[in-house]
Amino acid sequence: MMESDLRTHSRHRFRRFMRAGIVSLALSMLAIPFSLHAEYGDVVLNKRAEKAGVRPVIFPHWFHRIRFRCKVCHSELGFEMRAGANDVLMWDIVNGKFCGMCHNNQIAWGPENCDLCHSGKQGLESGIHGGDSTMGPGRW
Amino acid sequence: MNHLSKLIYFALLSVLMSAPAAIAATAPQPAKGSAAKATPAQAAPVASPAPVPQQPQPAMAGAAASPFNRLMKVAPRRHLPPPEDGLRDPTNVETALLQPPLEVYASLPKSQGDLGNGINWVAALNDGKIKPRWDRNDPTAEPMVMDMSVVRVPKGTMPDVVFPHKQHTEWLDCSNCHPAIFVPQKGANQMNMAAIILGQKCGVCHGKVAFPVSECRRCHSQPKQVAAKGPQP
Repeated sequence: MMESDLRTHSRHRFRRFMRAGIVSLALSMLAIPFSLHAEYGDVVLNKRAEKAGVRPVIFPHWFHRIRFRCKVCHSELGFEMRAGANDVLMWDIVNGKFCGMCHNNQIAWGPENCDLCHSGKQGLESGIHGGDSTMGPGRW
Repeated sequence: MNHLSKLIYFALLSVLMSAPAAIAATAPQPAKGSAAKATPAQAAPVASPAPVPQQPQPAMAGAAASPFNRLMKVAPRRHLPPPEDGLRDPTNVETALLQPPLEVYASLPKSQGDLGNGINWVAALNDGKIKPRWDRNDPTAEPMVMDMSVVRVPKGTMPDVVFPHKQHTEWLDCSNCHPAIFVPQKGANQMNMAAIILGQKCGVCHGKVAFPVSECRRCHSQPKQVAAKGPQP
């Protein structure tokens, strides 16, 4: 019959539509970048960490700026205001340079608390995360 | 066959839809358990601004669906605690010891656009909600504030830009901006919004840690002083 043919055809189309919907839904859920939830100004340091067999470092700007003015780190401690411009070695920190100027068990926790800073997920890319809106070749 | 395939689709759909909710429901539990074990000295290093213990989660952090209209799009949860923030490894035991942002943000003034951190940091500092140190070692050191505003006249129709040295010198040292980013001389700094969005000039901080450039009127804040050209009535 013509009518039943039409009905099965429309059912087929509906089923195909549903299948496509489910597939695209699953794909979109996989594709959501999880660093969407990162806090504004969170910096991932992973130039060396993973190669050396430890988790990447997450530096939260918000946590530091409620305790110190920008100037303390970006002038006294010698951190350049450009993601990727600071070559910070663990050796420097232990010797009281860069992070180690405060992370020395006197002002803040000492460098022996590895996992408090080395707390990132595997495979994170270095740089600023958390909804930064300036980008491009002139990226500082 | 037909019913079976429908059933399978339904099961798949329901699993997919409930996955984020299940993650959200299970994730905070280990955080609470181990946070209780942490000593305050470990969790917050210095001059921690009065931690608010175990407050009820504000609406912007919870709620899987809008209670008003369940079909309405729900804003993504923001300022999640460290184990859920997507960057930190939740399997790391010490991640749970880190301070969650909302513990501090709850008492800070909000910015209008709710962009960036959603916090008006300048107001937070002015109101004394936060007392960040000016000197690494000396908690009583006071900043050297310079109160001089620079007005810049953009070529387009946007209102004039007022750059307040005051708010900037409360956070920063002169050498942070001068002379590498801005030449300390009138008329020596050519800039445009494109360069700023590409991360140069103001964009070194604004859009990364300071309020984003999308909050236009926080900089373009002074009406143009020149009279409009054209036939006057």
